[in-house]
Amino acid sequence: MKRLAVPILAAIVALALVGLLGYGLLSRSTDDSIEQAVARGNLPPAPSADLPVLGSEATQSVAALRGQVVVLNFWASWCIPCRTEAPILDRAHKRLTASGAGTVLGVTYNDSTPASLTFAGKYGMSFPSVRDVGAKLAERYGTRRVPETFVIDRRGRVVDVFRGQIDQAFIDRALARAQAA
Amino acid sequence: MRRALALAALLLFLLPSASARTATPKVDLVDVEDEVMCVDCGIPLNTAEGAQPDSQRQLIRDLIAQGRTKEQIKQELVAEYGKDVLALPETSGVGITAYAVPLVLGGLVVAALVLLVPRWRRRPAAGMVTGDGVASPATTDDAIAVSEADAERLDSDLARYDG
Repeated sequence: MKRLAVPILAAIVALALVGLLGYGLLSRSTDDSIEQAVARGNLPPAPSADLPVLGSEATQSVAALRGQVVVLNFWASWCIPCRTEAPILDRAHKRLTASGAGTVLGVTYNDSTPASLTFAGKYGMSFPSVRDVGAKLAERYGTRRVPETFVIDRRGRVVDVFRGQIDQAFIDRALARAQAA
Repeated sequence: MRRALALAALLLFLLPSASARTATPKVDLVDVEDEVMCVDCGIPLNTAEGAQPDSQRQLIRDLIAQGRTKEQIKQELVAEYGKDVLALPETSGVGITAYAVPLVLGGLVVAALVLLVPRWRRRPAAGMVTGDGVASPATTDDAIAVSEADAERLDSDLARYDG
């Protein structure tokens, strides 16, 4: 028995290390639970965090916008498709604010403040954006790439998701769903 | 007058060297890159390629151009990208293995030494086997020990040689 003690101890330590490595790999895998819930029709509550507004001292959150339709868009200045969808989002924002139905809220992803501000100015983004330092909010939405867009209804539930570059058809359909919900 | 001129000359000589000593050493991109992670790809920035790491490099270049020190640049990077931008393993989740594995391996080596060294020391040294098959410890004196029969034969050979 005494002779087996060292190999058994070594095996336990090896298993513990393999388990820790497995946990680490699994915790970094893509979380698509939000779109799975949306696909089932079980609209999940939109994760929220109080984050600093880009280029301002103020803060903003999805929870504070309850009662409005919110188009939450994760973007970055270094993201090429974000350039293409910026005018679509801006048009949606103007439409939502004009009718008082809601807003587009951008969330910067792994981006610096000066680069984000330059990008927002260059591509005419009139909607507000918040800075998600450390991508903590992005993690809760399962966002690991940009752009990604989540459409949230007045009750704070995610009604539609698009992981990739959106088009006008998606925005029209998702806003109709959100306003009807 | 001559003394005042000498003093002024001495001051002129000393001032540039004093300012050179207190000046902040110039930071370069390479110096910062190897201590920073690409936040989007999770690898050191100096090995990362792509639009996001290029954006991080641009920020570092801008901060260098503003005359920031390396520590100030790293602080600014943390403010912009979060603490994961620093090239130190996390103290939670999978990152903890970076600290745990060397500690565990070191502990195992120490434990093995504590267990095995006394055993090795207790084990008898390999000795010569005498003619009667009994092991005897090897020493420098009897390193050339021979069996009794061989010793007798050697003695007789030597006697014959001397004779």
